[in-house]
Amino acid sequence: MNERVKLKVADENSINRTITRLTHEILEKNKGIYNLVIVGIRTRGEYIAKRVAEKIEKIENVKMQIGVLDVVLYRDDLRLRTKIPKVQISDIPFEIDDKTVVLVDDVIYTGRTTRAALDALVDYGRPAKIQLAVLVDRGGREMPICPDYIGMKLPVSVGEEVRVKVKEVDGEDGVFIVEVVDES
Amino acid sequence: MSLSIEHLLGLDGVPKEDIEAILETAFSFREVLERPIKKVPSLQGKTVVNLFFEPSTRTRLSFEIAEKRLSADIINFSASVSSLEKGESLKDTVQNILAMKVDGIVIRHSDPGAAKLLTKFVDAAVINAGDGTHEHPTQALLDMMSIKEKLGTLEDINVAIVGDIKHSRVALSNIFGLKTMGANVFLCGPPTFIPVGVETLGVRVLKDIDEVLEIADVVNVLRIQRERQGRGYIPSLREYRARFGLTKERLDKIKRRLVIMHPGPMNRGVEIDSEVAESEHSIILHQVLNGVAVRMAVLFLLLGGKKE
Repeated sequence: MNERVKLKVADENSINRTITRLTHEILEKNKGIYNLVIVGIRTRGEYIAKRVAEKIEKIENVKMQIGVLDVVLYRDDLRLRTKIPKVQISDIPFEIDDKTVVLVDDVIYTGRTTRAALDALVDYGRPAKIQLAVLVDRGGREMPICPDYIGMKLPVSVGEEVRVKVKEVDGEDGVFIVEVVDES
Repeated sequence: MSLSIEHLLGLDGVPKEDIEAILETAFSFREVLERPIKKVPSLQGKTVVNLFFEPSTRTRLSFEIAEKRLSADIINFSASVSSLEKGESLKDTVQNILAMKVDGIVIRHSDPGAAKLLTKFVDAAVINAGDGTHEHPTQALLDMMSIKEKLGTLEDINVAIVGDIKHSRVALSNIFGLKTMGANVFLCGPPTFIPVGVETLGVRVLKDIDEVLEIADVVNVLRIQRERQGRGYIPSLREYRARFGLTKERLDKIKRRLVIMHPGPMNRGVEIDSEVAESEHSIILHQVLNGVAVRMAVLFLLLGGKKE
């Protein structure tokens, strides 16, 4: 499988502005940061979450608690796969009981990753609320899951995918629409 | 991620990439074991049978808890209360169990090669939980995980295995695994406990434990199998302790960091002193916790996905 970039939808500045808006929406909806913690979904959600947390810290002048969640062990398609995705360590170094957890991911598509993340999160405790923030909503939901905060909506066709790149993993920031080319 | 092996029968010939994948996954499972709810749904709907033809406490419990933490369904089978007592063959027993549609088999048997034999007539992933004096791969993997946790690497470190090498399945699996991962392995024990020609496996045999302690980063102390003492392998337990025991006096002479391991059960005051087993150098209890994580990783990687 290979990918061909069809369109660059957002660059570094654009992503930065979108994350700033998401941050303000999170603060507005929660009326500040009381009881608020941030948890990013591996891999790229982790870095979007860190940027949200940094912006909150600048605006509110407080230190945010931030965790990372790996959802591989909770995926509902494991038994259908011949290759198992790499399991990585989740790191939530604080109690989430009675907290408002803002779950952050880069892209929402079917909703299955979010479902797995919700299952994983409740194994750490019983949050008062869980909210979902995504940088990109590409539509195509297979589960009744709706994000609370959406950076950009990008409905794409069958055969196309949305790729979010972050500097920390990919060396550059950007949102791309790619075409998946099956070379076999 | 997937392993190149379909079964875990031993570490002889298992590629480095597979061992690395198992250890890396095991470290992620360690985190699961420290959560408030220590259970994940990854093997939901899979059935694993634990076939124990030999008595075992810690290995069986460790596998059972690993399977439960992954939400697998479990069948426990022990030979002493089975139709094997009535003369049924291993093959018939296992085929009957498999007719109940199991996905994985964990087997402990006194005969070397029993796990491999099973793979010839079953369509399930087989994990060797100890076959006689041959191999005990998950014990070696948990040992390697514990060393890596403590020292950060397995590459180019000196690991000494001290004791009854000849009758130990732990030693053989450790030699294969550690050599694959680039460690230097030293063996030490009375000549009656050192297999003839063991040097061909790429290990060095040292006769003096004090010499071992001078160069070792890790000392893996093996149990003296008291049940073999009537057979004249060593003159007496007291003499064994004097010449090969990891005593407090010997440890006190070492002024640097040393990692001390023991697969259990320990004969305190014979191969290892209580003070040594409980010293800051000892990681014996880490080994037990890592045992569950490693077994979770092996089960997950062998049973998690769909077979190609």
